Amino acid sequence: MTTFSLNGKPVSVSSSDDTPLLWVIRDELGLTGTKFGCGIAQCGACTVLWNGRAMRSCQLPLKVVANTSVTTIEGVGTPLQPGPVQRAWIEHQVAQCGYCQSGQIMQATSLLQENPEPSDADIDRVMRGNLCRCGTYPRIRDAIKSAAQYIKDADNG
Amino acid sequence: MGKARTFARRTFLIGSSAIAGGVAFGIYATRKPHKNPLLGSLADGEATFNPWVKISESGITLITPHADIGQGAISMQALLLAEEMDLSWGQFTTSYGEPAPAYYNTVLAGELAPFDSHDTSTTARLTRETLGAVAKLAGIQGTGGSSSVPDSFGKLRRAGAIARETLKLAAAQETGIPVTQLQTENGAVVLPDGTRRSYTSLARTAATIDPVTEVSLRDASTWRLIGQRQQRLDIVARSTGTEHYGIDIAMEGMRYAAVSVNPRQGAGIASIDSTRAQQSPGVSEVLAVTNGFAVIADNTWNAFKGVKAVDVTWSEDTPYPDDQEDHWQAVDDAFDDAFLDKEWRHDGDVPTALESGDAIEREYRAPYVAHQPLEPLNAVARVADGGVEIWCAHQLPRFVQQQVAKTVGCDADDVIFHNQNGGGSFGHRLEFNNVTLAAEIAAQLPGTPIKLTYTREEDFAQDFVRQIGMSRGRGVVRDGKIEVLDIDIATPSVSASQTERLGQPPAPGADPQIAAGAWNLPYAVAHFRMRAYRVPELAPVSSWRSVGASTAGFFADTFVDEMIHAAGADPMEERLRLVSRPESRAVLEAVAAMSNWGSPLAENRGRGVAFVDSFGVPVAEVIEVTQTPAGIRIDKVYVAADVGKIIDPENFDNQVKGGVVWGLGHAMNCEITFSDGLKQQSNFHQHSAMRIHQCPEIEVRGLELANKIRGIGEPPVPPAAPALGNAIFAATGTRLREMPFNKTIQFV
Repeated sequence: MTTFSLNGKPVSVSSSDDTPLLWVIRDELGLTGTKFGCGIAQCGACTVLWNGRAMRSCQLPLKVVANTSVTTIEGVGTPLQPGPVQRAWIEHQVAQCGYCQSGQIMQATSLLQENPEPSDADIDRVMRGNLCRCGTYPRIRDAIKSAAQYIKDADNG
Repeated sequence: MGKARTFARRTFLIGSSAIAGGVAFGIYATRKPHKNPLLGSLADGEATFNPWVKISESGITLITPHADIGQGAISMQALLLAEEMDLSWGQFTTSYGEPAPAYYNTVLAGELAPFDSHDTSTTARLTRETLGAVAKLAGIQGTGGSSSVPDSFGKLRRAGAIARETLKLAAAQETGIPVTQLQTENGAVVLPDGTRRSYTSLARTAATIDPVTEVSLRDASTWRLIGQRQQRLDIVARSTGTEHYGIDIAMEGMRYAAVSVNPRQGAGIASIDSTRAQQSPGVSEVLAVTNGFAVIADNTWNAFKGVKAVDVTWSEDTPYPDDQEDHWQAVDDAFDDAFLDKEWRHDGDVPTALESGDAIEREYRAPYVAHQPLEPLNAVARVADGGVEIWCAHQLPRFVQQQVAKTVGCDADDVIFHNQNGGGSFGHRLEFNNVTLAAEIAAQLPGTPIKLTYTREEDFAQDFVRQIGMSRGRGVVRDGKIEVLDIDIATPSVSASQTERLGQPPAPGADPQIAAGAWNLPYAVAHFRMRAYRVPELAPVSSWRSVGASTAGFFADTFVDEMIHAAGADPMEERLRLVSRPESRAVLEAVAAMSNWGSPLAENRGRGVAFVDSFGVPVAEVIEVTQTPAGIRIDKVYVAADVGKIIDPENFDNQVKGGVVWGLGHAMNCEITFSDGLKQQSNFHQHSAMRIHQCPEIEVRGLELANKIRGIGEPPVPPAAPALGNAIFAATGTRLREMPFNKTIQFV
């Protein structure tokens, strides 16, 4: 058994040590918000926060995750109580098929933690690893800026 | 009678025999409505008025049979029903419903007719009607060809109106108040004294009366929802990781499968040794499937690993040329009378006119490209009790039933298909390999639900790519104007490739997609000829967002632009001088105004315009680029399109921008090439189209001048590539005649 923290709660799993975190989350734990897209860290659909920073969960073998902390899209908000980045994504109606958006939101969450007021260039640099085949990039840019404002407002409020 | 007969009726012919059949069935059969599939599963007290509305004391369900693959089809369909039913967002749930002939697409088949979408001649109309009758008789339910809106617009409003009027009748029956004194509002019938009877409370009574048949649709001036910005019904789920796609399905006792099929598509296995794979952790079986094998395991990862542990030698008997240069050669060879598919247009006298001046000759190329929606292909299947149950996202639900039935040897009626949300498609989910492979595997493990997930590499390998193509243009300019345009286009036939895989006879006559977006250019050029050549099948190809116009639109508009420059004319002014249709002129004028066309740009910048009409939608795009030391940067795109009526401006905007990004990203960065019979691109590091750092600002304007409503999923794609190439020429003097452009020029 391997133990780690998932969305703030300890979990124990029996997948083998080499199983990528992505498949532990999806197949063993049944949390399907984190998506499989490419398996080689080229699309970002599987992005989670690992010890607070954006990581491609398809590249994280379970043994490396032991006793660390993982946050998935389910850990940053819910439909009834969306987090600030999710709220911005809803308000800007970013999603088309929506399949990449969990990864986009997790990457943006990480970006805003490290850089609360990102410029367009900052956004491009950090978000370029997250592929959206539907082409929602213009709205992703707008939503990140709104999310930055929501976070700032919440911190000030 | 019996099963064989039923199956034959369910074999959807879209070829010559079907047209003959459609005529033979006659007017009665084509007018007779299909059975409402909801009648089969009604609970006590539950009412249905038509195939799209179901209501009980506990809630209202709207059936939205068009597949949602990201384009917002669920919300669009629900909106049309809700408009006439007087429902508000949140007062209903939606379901794809079961596949049924009642959900046949009323417009898609007609659009396959070899006529310009704007052609309203008797011949065009009758042909479309005949094809429409065939689609109805065969019950062809399908999502594609930007047809969901035009198919749904009248039909679903009428269904909503029928539901509303029937519910009023139920209220009249319950209260004794005449129907004429009843109103509806916000999910309820309102009595003259203001009392409200919710629709759900009327369900039991409504279930006992025959649906009203004579209804009138509301005047556009009274619409509450159509034309207004809505929040997509699925936007919260899609922003919180709670949306469910086919790949997310889990069920009791389910096992996980991965496949490997010969990447030389259509060739088989030379030898296989699965000993190592059998011992791979979690693996329970290695099974044979058509042209490949499947590994069954206790989770997806172990199935993927198991596939890698199989020692397989593929047959090298590739059913198409091994190497890319031979594919190009085959396309090149097709510019010959023997391969002429159709001369779509010949205004004036091109051969004579070409001799009258110095003809300019140009050649263009468009490569194979892949679909690769971000959700890899997958399907869950369970074979039990002589039938099959299958779950996945698909654009052709009844063909899924048919293909699965053929695979496992049962009747199509015994295939239960549960359509799922698709994580993108772009035409990918019109194909069946994931479906039939899942069924093949499940048939070997009866009773066990099997979840098949493709690796991205398998998805690339088995993708039926966008057609490869070439074009040759010859033209003459005189006195600053285009005088002659003679454009030849050669590509394989996508529809022939698709129908062959379905085991159907090829559609008769020419393939309208080869020169789509080119031959129908509304340009009044004195001598204008457009010929399409059909390249014999090479690699199997399939519909890719905007289909033929994605290649032909690039060829034709780029050549027009070259000729305008050769004439020394302004690209916008000359297009406006040539354009003969008011809606087309309007979109060009719109982008001219939006972009402030003609205003000065810095030395290192350039502006290009392109115009393509595809799927009946005229679209003009102006692109501005800057040549920077790091390469070409796309600064801004201005788009104007006319779909007649915009259902939801928010979704319209998103679809147009997505179409532009799709068109640009692939034109810039993507190709699929073959070597030794194998695709040389296997994952997103080699074929990802556009990423955010290359994405320009995009400004969208929707016009509503056209008198017929159209869809917007595909039409913004074709003008993107030529507009970009034309802008790069304006900025740099380099004319790009081959996609992807990054073979010739560097982008930021």
